[in-house]
Amino acid sequence: MARFLINRFLQTIFVIFVVTLVVSFAIRLTGDPALMLAQGAGSVSEDDLARIREGLGLNQPFLIQYADFLRGFFTLDFGRSFLGGTPVSQLIGAALPATVMLAFAVMFVSIAVSIPLGIKAAVSRGKWADQAIRIVSLIGLSFPNFWLAIMLVLLFSITLQWLPPSGMDGFASFLMPAFTMGIILTATNVRLVRTAMLETLQSQYIMVARAKGLSENVVLYKHALRNCAIPLVTYFGLQFGGLLGGIVVIERVFNWPGLGTLAFDAVGARDYPVLQAVITILSMLIVGVNLLVDIVYGLIDPRIRTE
Amino acid sequence: MTDILSAPILTVEDLSVEFGATRVIENLNFSVAPGKTLAIVGESGSGKSVTSLSIMRLAETMGASYPSGKIIFSGPDGETDLLSASQKQMRAIRGKDIAMIFQEPMMSLNPVFTIGDQIAESLILHEGMRKADALIEGKRLLEMVRLPDAGELLARYPHQLSGGMRQRVMIAMAMACRPKVLIADEPTTALDVTIQAQILTIIRDLQEELGMAVIFITHDMGVVAEIADDVVVMWKGKKVEQGPVKELFANPQHPYTQTLLSSVPKLGSMAGEPFPKRFPIMLMEGGVPRLVGSEHIQNTARYDEAPLLSVRDLVTRFDIKKGFFGGVTHRVHAAENVSFDIYRGETLALVGESGSGKSTIGRTIQQLQRATSGNITFDGRSLSSMNRSDQQRLRQEIQYIFQDPFASLDPRKKIGFSIAEPIRTHHLINSEKQIRIRVDQLLERVGLTSEHANRYPHEFSGGQRQRICIARALASNPKLIIADEALSALDVSIQAQIINLFMELQEEQGLAYLFISHDMAVVEQMSHRVAVLYLGQIAELGTRQQVLETPTHAYTQRLLSAVPVADPTLVRNHAMLKGEIPSPIRRVGDEPAILNRQEIAPGHFVAQAC
Repeated sequence: MARFLINRFLQTIFVIFVVTLVVSFAIRLTGDPALMLAQGAGSVSEDDLARIREGLGLNQPFLIQYADFLRGFFTLDFGRSFLGGTPVSQLIGAALPATVMLAFAVMFVSIAVSIPLGIKAAVSRGKWADQAIRIVSLIGLSFPNFWLAIMLVLLFSITLQWLPPSGMDGFASFLMPAFTMGIILTATNVRLVRTAMLETLQSQYIMVARAKGLSENVVLYKHALRNCAIPLVTYFGLQFGGLLGGIVVIERVFNWPGLGTLAFDAVGARDYPVLQAVITILSMLIVGVNLLVDIVYGLIDPRIRTE
Repeated sequence: MTDILSAPILTVEDLSVEFGATRVIENLNFSVAPGKTLAIVGESGSGKSVTSLSIMRLAETMGASYPSGKIIFSGPDGETDLLSASQKQMRAIRGKDIAMIFQEPMMSLNPVFTIGDQIAESLILHEGMRKADALIEGKRLLEMVRLPDAGELLARYPHQLSGGMRQRVMIAMAMACRPKVLIADEPTTALDVTIQAQILTIIRDLQEELGMAVIFITHDMGVVAEIADDVVVMWKGKKVEQGPVKELFANPQHPYTQTLLSSVPKLGSMAGEPFPKRFPIMLMEGGVPRLVGSEHIQNTARYDEAPLLSVRDLVTRFDIKKGFFGGVTHRVHAAENVSFDIYRGETLALVGESGSGKSTIGRTIQQLQRATSGNITFDGRSLSSMNRSDQQRLRQEIQYIFQDPFASLDPRKKIGFSIAEPIRTHHLINSEKQIRIRVDQLLERVGLTSEHANRYPHEFSGGQRQRICIARALASNPKLIIADEALSALDVSIQAQIINLFMELQEEQGLAYLFISHDMAVVEQMSHRVAVLYLGQIAELGTRQQVLETPTHAYTQRLLSAVPVADPTLVRNHAMLKGEIPSPIRRVGDEPAILNRQEIAPGHFVAQAC
């Protein structure tokens, strides 16, 4: 197990390295930030542009720029934004908690809702409860989330005026973005839990547990759930990555002051330092969660732990 | 029956069970008294497992309903009808008064909890013990089923235990609350015979100690003869016969019981016969038994010719368990210096228990597995000197039939396609029309009809699927067929038919068989010569008579004595059987000693004691 984890840890570092390298390189193919910055300044000479580039360090060869980025990464100094010159670490420091809180809130609620529903569906397979859960989850799956977001804003913020339409300000502001992202996730997860549970319930040790006289809740939530947790945890880990990707759209719609909004603006402005930093942080979050998943495997399953 | 001692503790009256609209059990009656063992026997689909799950009221979790019947349990608080009890009442009875052991010990224990937790669970639930006390009691229970290092076992997980050990843990778990009734559903079917003998002894000893009634569900008439006081024979959901074990075996009344008993090969029944033999089989046709085939001596082996297959000093090892830097630390020594010959028309049986390497040897010959060293010669050509096209040709001449006929047929292909596949792969016949004719012939040869070619595997029964696998093997005109436990998954009546089919094909086509099996009685009936494998080495090799009638190696003797014989009048003693089969996994550098073989009679080789 220790060897396995060390292995995974080294893989994680390698993955982050490759991601930053690819991102830094690819950003620079998108165009010249100096042109963007110079827009609206009337007539701009080639000399002016060159001066802007020099000021931003863009006249250096790519590898040197990348090395600078790496050095900054280890000292948590990501440079300054091309727009306004705010230190990038300061921007990230403000946006990261907003995104992480939203993402974890969504994951937590989705898992907490989908596990009991999925189990209920599995246990009553073919009966009305199962059908109802499946149909509702199919409906949930069929909404595009940006559309759902707009409809929610129309209903709860504009018509009813119950909830703030945008921004992050207290518990109420979490409800709509979390619900929008959570509904599709939950719809998928209910089906996933149902399938995993159905398979586990076929196992003979479940029959053995029942034959001991254990109550149905102990059989389901102790004996069965822990056995089907491995595929579930794997999927939840992967899902977290998808969630962070999808968050950009939702953050835009609700004007959420998170990494997604930051990244969106940075792309528009070709603000390399911000974009590099945001993507690096996001990829670290994703691989970090997957590393966590590997550790959880060992906690759940002794066959992995004692390997 | 009025006697207090023999008053039944559990009585099943007029029980019927339905799944949806399908009635799987019809008007079943039986009872069992404390201290007695009732065996329920029947083949797959006879409803015997549903009966046991119905007594536990667990059949409902699979969608069963009970249109009629009572199941009376006479507990300390008077009589209870289990069928009308609530699930809450049942939970108090399950695991406390009535406990159950299941067939697959490998799958009966929850892989994510320790042995201790799983045993303690029942004690905490039913006896109200605290965890610490429950674990102390758990240790005592593990000692009771004679598991060594019981204290240490409590902290272990199921995957760290062998199948035999897990089944003993299951028994300990079932015994935790000293149940009045133990239901054992095929508890030894998945185990090796020597381990089976241990488990049966443990169940019998505990029954005596606790005065439990045991309901023993099995398809194995040998086990029935060993363990039962009374027998209920089930067929298609109905009880067809019931009686004390000796009477039932000596004088079966119902035609089905007669056919069942006649199909069971009995080890020792062919003593004095130099050759394998085909026997007529009794088949049930429309409820009437009918004899099919005739007795026939199988003198087909061509010992006057050069051997078809020669295996010399074969060593097959696999690397497992890698160290921190990827170095190999342990190896499975699956085959160690194995040498034998197979002649045309001969059946050589390779017998042994799990981990003996018998399947590995078969797989190595079929090139499904690479040999570490040694030489295999087929039809005068050495495998190591063959080029790719020769090796491909060898795959045509040697065919493999696996244990599980369902898993070895592609479920998405019609069986006609599966049978024609080797013909197409090896370009044996080119015209599609001719291929179709050949497939039809093959199907008819194995007892099916040409219409079957357009069906899918799931439309066939287990026995029919194994026939299809045989037809597919025959399709490439093989010279040698490796049958790896090919009969093990089949009901005895089907097994008897397939044995005869194998022998007829051998006579017609001069086929040689490498017959890999753990079933000594089938081996006795089918094989010309027998090789007994123990930990990858041949412990004993000789003609069928030499090995089975004068077993000389201690392991052969132990193996034979552990085989249950379908004859309740035999008094047998399994006291000599102890311990586990040792593991073939060894540290690198810790090579096993190669045993010297001695020829004690012409053709009868025995390894020195291990």
